[in-house]
Amino acid sequence: MEVTLEVRDLRTHFFTRAGVVKAVDGVSFTVRRGEVLGLVGESGSGKSVTGFSLIGLVDPPGRVVSGRILFQGRDLAALPEAEMRRLRGNRIAMIFQDPMMTLNPVLRVDTQMIETVLAHEKVSRAEARARARDALGMVGIPSPEERLRAYPHQFSGGMRQRVAIAIALLHRPDLIIADEPTTALDVTIQGQILAEVQKLAATTGTALIWITHDLSVVAGLADAIAVMYAGRIVEQGPVGEVLDAPLHPYTAGLIGSVPSRNRRGAPLRQIPGMTPSLLHLPPGCAFRARCARASEACLEAPALRPLAPGREVRCVHPLLEEAQA
Amino acid sequence: MSAPPLIALSGVSRRFEKRLDLAGRLARALGAPLREETVRAVDGVSLALRQGEVLGLVGESGCGKSTLGRIAAGILPPSEGEVLWRGEPLSGLSGARAREAKLRAQMIFQDPYASLNPRMKAQDIVGEAPLVHGLVARAGLDAYVDEQLRRAGLDPAFKRRYPHQFSGGQRQRIGIARALAVRPEFLVCDEAVAALDVSIQAQILNLFMRLREELDLTYLFISHDLGVVEHLSDRVAIMYLGRLVELAPAEEVFARANHPYTVSLLASVPRIEARKRVFQPVRGEIPSPLAPPPGCHFHPRCPHALPRCREEAPALREIAPGHLSACHLNG
Ligand SMILES: Nc1ncnc2c1ncn2[C@@H]1O[C@H](COP(=O)(O)OP(=O)(O)OP(=O)(O)O)[C@@H](O)[C@H]1O
Ligand SMILES: Nc1ncnc2c1ncn2[C@@H]1O[C@H](COP(=O)(O)OP(=O)(O)OP(=O)(O)O)[C@@H](O)[C@H]1O
Ligand code: SF4
Ligand code: SF4
Ligand SMILES: [Mg+2]
Ligand SMILES: [Mg+2]
Repeated sequence: MEVTLEVRDLRTHFFTRAGVVKAVDGVSFTVRRGEVLGLVGESGSGKSVTGFSLIGLVDPPGRVVSGRILFQGRDLAALPEAEMRRLRGNRIAMIFQDPMMTLNPVLRVDTQMIETVLAHEKVSRAEARARARDALGMVGIPSPEERLRAYPHQFSGGMRQRVAIAIALLHRPDLIIADEPTTALDVTIQGQILAEVQKLAATTGTALIWITHDLSVVAGLADAIAVMYAGRIVEQGPVGEVLDAPLHPYTAGLIGSVPSRNRRGAPLRQIPGMTPSLLHLPPGCAFRARCARASEACLEAPALRPLAPGREVRCVHPLLEEAQA
Repeated sequence: MSAPPLIALSGVSRRFEKRLDLAGRLARALGAPLREETVRAVDGVSLALRQGEVLGLVGESGCGKSTLGRIAAGILPPSEGEVLWRGEPLSGLSGARAREAKLRAQMIFQDPYASLNPRMKAQDIVGEAPLVHGLVARAGLDAYVDEQLRRAGLDPAFKRRYPHQFSGGQRQRIGIARALAVRPEFLVCDEAVAALDVSIQAQILNLFMRLREELDLTYLFISHDLGVVEHLSDRVAIMYLGRLVELAPAEEVFARANHPYTVSLLASVPRIEARKRVFQPVRGEIPSPLAPPPGCHFHPRCPHALPRCREEAPALREIAPGHLSACHLNG
């Protein structure tokens, strides 16, 4: 399958007064045409900063310090700002957790959508309007023609998020980066959006990076999964294989603490301790203080290495088959 | 005859005047036809909790869960109906007995940061109420606070820190220690683990379960996460637009949901066990609580709606021992 995005050794650091925060520290992954990659990890692990880095939206004191971001073979990290802006909202779209980051509260939906089309393409207003209507229909908004004339606040939260998604779809982008777009929504609305997104990836070949901390969403939606911990990917591979047989102790701990993976009413399996501060990362494996398998060898930072076809893990003592069950 | 339930809600309703938000006011200024209206946030709910029970309360955003929780905790009076403590109406209490009743029920909120005073140290957040209410003398306060913190899984060595110096999970533990410090019998947890990462969420849920054993606590556990609710509830109540639509033992709800709304809710929940599944969305939108559909509120989205459903609100009736549902399909 054709590769849409290839990220190699991406590093994004924040140069704060307290020190350098290595929010993203050597992240590599690949997303193919029509593929959905679930990027998961706990709060502060660097998921959003990874997403923002890809589209050049990291604000000072943060900076992409190294790495390559190959989008259809072109390195985005080396692209001039104007060129980047053209790609954004055209070939690459981002959906934020808060749809109001995309929507303007005082403009009618049609105005916003038509302007978006006209900003990137030379088409007539009527044509732009038709495109906007079709996009609203695609995300399942009933009577899109009437809805176009509404203001954002006249929509429910779920509808607003769908309008934001419709805007992201206007140009049938080749890559969509979605940062927790359904976290604030009700499950029934989330179900509607996931159904639409699934259809989109399957029919238009759009590649998707779905950022979330919800393993259950990734289980149902994604083809591949990448698990982040303290700015690094600690495990990645096909979603079924990783969830059924995690190799990294952290992945195993995360999956084990999901309530439905435990007997009803029994104490939940829990990962001891908490995520370390990125300012004071211990040397070696960042998960060491919380890991039951840690040994002397873990004082040396492990590299991400292939362990099985399509699977990579950053651990000295991975949970191999014989140790599982 | 058995003892009266610890807490009972009898036909409680709560109305609010719905004010426009900023965007709404802006739009109105620009000529949009908007006005302020009345919401029936909770509409005729009856519900009883036995001592030591965990009752899970689920439903979509705006269906009235928090409002019902605040009524049960005694911090929001119902517009209609009555809250009873061991059979005694709360509205009939006054003076010392009313104050005592306020301490018996405590709430734990989703956002521990917003519910903790940022300018108070952890020890004062936890120690203030028990001191004011005379549950502990000043001389014994230090030891008392340490005990509360330890019970909530916090090292008392950190008690001089301010809320911003704690992580999200630790702040939730401070909120729990504060609630426990007034020796409540009943905890209303309103999305208490929603803002936490799964690994921290597991730690807090385990703490809730341990405290229930140790202190014989009764819980009203509000959550939109059905996995969490299934894990720790004895019974589950499902709300839709202000009304209770189903109430049953937890196993029963998850194995044999009766109400069409509960069935579609369960079908939309993503499950870690399901791989690359095709999502089957519930059709339609959640109607506005300002103008709920007549009859059964769920009828515009219900795949089984009958003509009768549009006119007549179904009553909540027992369809199997301990299993209540409000749907005309049950006859
Ligand atoms: N402007 C900034 N200055 C300093 N540090 C920052 C800044 N923005 C982000 N960080 C740090 O970068 C790290 C990664 O943050 P990021 O927002 O990517 O996490 P996340 O995985 O998206 O978490 P969440 O699930 O909470 O959204 C965090 O430790 C955060 O504190
Ligand atoms: N103080 C208030 N003033 C006006 N309206 C209110 C007030 N509190 C709640 N409401 C309205 O009452 C309805 C029920 O709100 P409530 O917060 O109880 O819902 P909920 O089920 O807890 O929702 P969520 O899942 O979003 O927390 C909503 O329509 C809400 O807008
Ligand atoms: S490298 Fe060592 S400490 Fe890190 S996860 Fe693997 S076993 Fe645990
Ligand atoms: S009463 Fe009618 S509309 Fe309501 S849930 Fe039952 S069948 Fe559906
Ligand atoms: Mg984020
Ligand atoms: Mg609420």
